[in-house]
Formats: sequence, C-alpha cells, structure tokens
Amino acid sequence: MSLDLPGFADPVADAQSAFRALLDAMSRPGTIRAAGTALMPPAPLDAATAAVLLTLVDGDAKLHIGPDCAAARDWLVFHCGTDPCADPAAADFVVSTTLPDFATLSSGSDEAPESSATLVLQVEALGRGTAWRLAGPGLAAPATLVVTGLPADFAARWAVNHALFPRGVDLVLCAGSQLAAIPRTATVTEA
Amino acid sequence: MTGYNFAYLDEQTKRMIRRALLKAVAIPGHQVPFGSREMPLPYGWGTGGIQVTAAVLGADDTLKVIDQGADDTTNAVSIRRFFARTAGVATTTDTEAATIIQTRHRIPEKPLRDGQIIVYQVPQPEPLSKLEPSRAETRRMHALAEYGAMHVRLYEDITRFGHVAISYDYPVMVNRRFLMAPSPIPAFDNPKMHMMPALQLFGAGREQRIYAVPPYTSVESLDFDDHPFRTTRAPHPCGLCGATDAYVDEVVTDDRGGRLYVCSDTDHCETRRDAGHTGSESPDQEQAA
Repeated sequence: MSLDLPGFADPVADAQSAFRALLDAMSRPGTIRAAGTALMPPAPLDAATAAVLLTLVDGDAKLHIGPDCAAARDWLVFHCGTDPCADPAAADFVVSTTLPDFATLSSGSDEAPESSATLVLQVEALGRGTAWRLAGPGLAAPATLVVTGLPADFAARWAVNHALFPRGVDLVLCAGSQLAAIPRTATVTEA
Repeated sequence: MTGYNFAYLDEQTKRMIRRALLKAVAIPGHQVPFGSREMPLPYGWGTGGIQVTAAVLGADDTLKVIDQGADDTTNAVSIRRFFARTAGVATTTDTEAATIIQTRHRIPEKPLRDGQIIVYQVPQPEPLSKLEPSRAETRRMHALAEYGAMHVRLYEDITRFGHVAISYDYPVMVNRRFLMAPSPIPAFDNPKMHMMPALQLFGAGREQRIYAVPPYTSVESLDFDDHPFRTTRAPHPCGLCGATDAYVDEVVTDDRGGRLYVCSDTDHCETRRDAGHTGSESPDQEQAA
C-alpha cells in the first residue's frame, strides 16, 4: 500500500533544504517557505508535511500520528524509522490535519521547555483564507499569515499556549509544498 | 568528497542537532542540551560551532569563518578548509557575500543582513557558571528567571571599580526573559546583537548546549539605570586603515614599547584599505615619511 511510495530522492540534500526552510520559517513567524516540492507522500499527507517529518523524526524522536493521518502510518514508520507513540502527551512531534487541544500535548517543563511537542498541522492552504496577525521575536514589524483550515477560535486557543512561555507547543503549518511556523513566542490576533 | 557524509556529520546526528536548533529558536536565549559528537579537532577549537554549521550548511551556501575577527588565523583557516573539503561549499572572507558566518569571539563590523546566519563558538554557555557551579541549580534559576545574583555581581564591580569591569562575555537578557552568555565577544559587540536582522545560533561542544536568538529580537546588556551599559575600545585609530569606530587589537611590535593597533575584523580593514583609507602605519605613509 502506501509503502510503495518513495521518501526523499536525495535524503541528505533534501533533508537539508527542508530543514533550512523550516529554520527560516521558525525564525520569522508567518513566513511561507517551500519544502518537499518533489515528494509524493501517501494520502492524507501533503508534500511539506511529509518533508518536515522526514527531516526531523527518527528513532530518537517520538511521533504521534493523529487518527486522521493513520493511513500514512506505514509510510512514516518505514521512512522515518520511528515507532509511533500512542499517547500525544508523550510525543515530541504530533502530526494531524485537525487542530488538537494544546492542553493534550506536552508543553515541556520550566526547567526543560525544549521538551515540549512540535505540532505539525496540515491545513488546506497557506496564502489564502483567513488572515492572522503575528508579532514577536523574528519579526521587525507584525506580519500577516493567511491560512485556510485553522479554527475560528484559533487566536484564543493560541493565547493560552503562548501564555505558558517559556513552556509551550510550537506549531508548523503545512499545505501542499509550503510551510510556515508559529513558535510559542509569537502572539496571534485576528487581522 | 569521498569517505564522509556531506558536511562530515551523519544524518542521525544532524537530525538531533536540527531538532535542538528549532527548539532553541522557539525559546530565545534558552540553552537546549544536545548530544555533542567527537569532532576531528579538540574541544575549545569550535566543536560546538562546527556541529551547528554542519547541521545547517547546504551545497549552495557560502561560508565565512572568523577567529577574533580574522579570516586568516589557524582556527579560521582550518575550519573553512574542513567544510570546503567535507561539504564542497564555497568559502569567502567577504562578510557581505557569506550566507553562513561561523565566528569565534567577534561579530563582523559590517552590519549583518536579513537571511544571513551567524554561528558562534561558545566555550561556556552558562552565564551563571561563575556564580553558581551547580548545573541543576542554574537550570532552576533560569526556570524562575532568578537573576539577582548576576545583578549583585555587576553591583560589586561598581562599588569596587566604579564601573562594570566585564570586557567580554558580558551577560545579556534575551527577549526580556533569558539571561544569556553572548560567548566571549567583546562587550563592544553586544549592541550588534540587539534586533540583528540575521539569525544567531550558538554551539557549545564540550558543554553540549545549543541556543539561539531569532532575527529582530531584543538583546539587552545587563546594567543599572544610573550605570547604563557602555562599550569601550582602545582609544586608538587602526594603524592600517585609520578606522576610529572599529574594534582594534593591540599588537606588540618590538621590545622597546612599540605598539600597533589594528582592526580585529580583517575583512573590514581590507575593505577600507581597498577604498583608499590609510592609517599611521600604512606602507605608503612610511614611504612618504
């Protein structure tokens, strides 16, 4: 089934370029970058979602696969070399196509805030849809991120996560072969 | 390039460092532990910086490496050659042309731009290490943002010397939350970190810590309202290019008290000399005299 589909054609160079897109996106909240353009992952994963996971997840990182992404489980297990974890609260990475309650994910501890989860959320589209205003480190001036697929109460839900700083979940949004990131430091308001 | 993976490190190590880097960017100034690898050079020669650079570097990057501002010292030359060999990347000494700059103890004089990445080599990532030897304790102090001890340390300097007597590795507050060691850059360079358009990454190999400052992030040197932070530099112009605003090194030239002050940033100095700037020790000046 989904195992027939290949991973990165060039694992070294493709992971590096996807990482740089991710690093750039995380450093400049709301910036849209291309990743995994040549990837053809199994449904329901989009190219960027798959690229992020192939780049960051391996046997040393715990991945929780949301129920809506279960069809891609075999492909992720094989290409990432990871044993998915059933408990989202214990996961380093959570992949989903619907926004889970941030409280169900690990937000790290005050002494080790880096142990929090990174949520890889696949949305319908980046660059069209609802506009969100982002501010915080990485942005000289507030930026606008336009997304289709975030719930209407996203700003309120994110505010709870943001208030936990230095704890908190970091968010990577993926759609098609594009990604954007919202680190825990960013504030989000409706634009 | 045979016998090695691209940029020396294996892919599993790179993934581990990349995960640490992303968390470091998301928590500006917070030290993220990582599994530092043994590198083909000793601790203290930039193993942390090299590992960060190796995890970030791509085939289309242009790498510049400086050591105390200089492109031509042993450390800078050998690290530049290391990546030219193991990654086949283009290298440069031109600050403007570089996409990644690995540095030991200086920030280039030319302001860095959006899109560049500066990687600092860090010997001691813990700013509180000289005040509190226990790692468990400093971790708790960071968790509670309990930085009173550092203010007391600065205050003691003021009572004893009349000013804060820290000339390098001057502690900074990042994003108004985490106290951070800026690595042993001169305090002269601290203001350049504030709202820098480039991404700043820090790697401490022996101490196994990675931390970061995203672009356009507040980085404030610790001070007091009545004793504001001030930068100092040797009160001499560069002997080669005449710069009065660049950080200069003191070079002993003979055993009769002779001194030469030259820009520590060699690229900056060369650029200025190419543009026609001269100093008191410029060769053509000597000929004229």
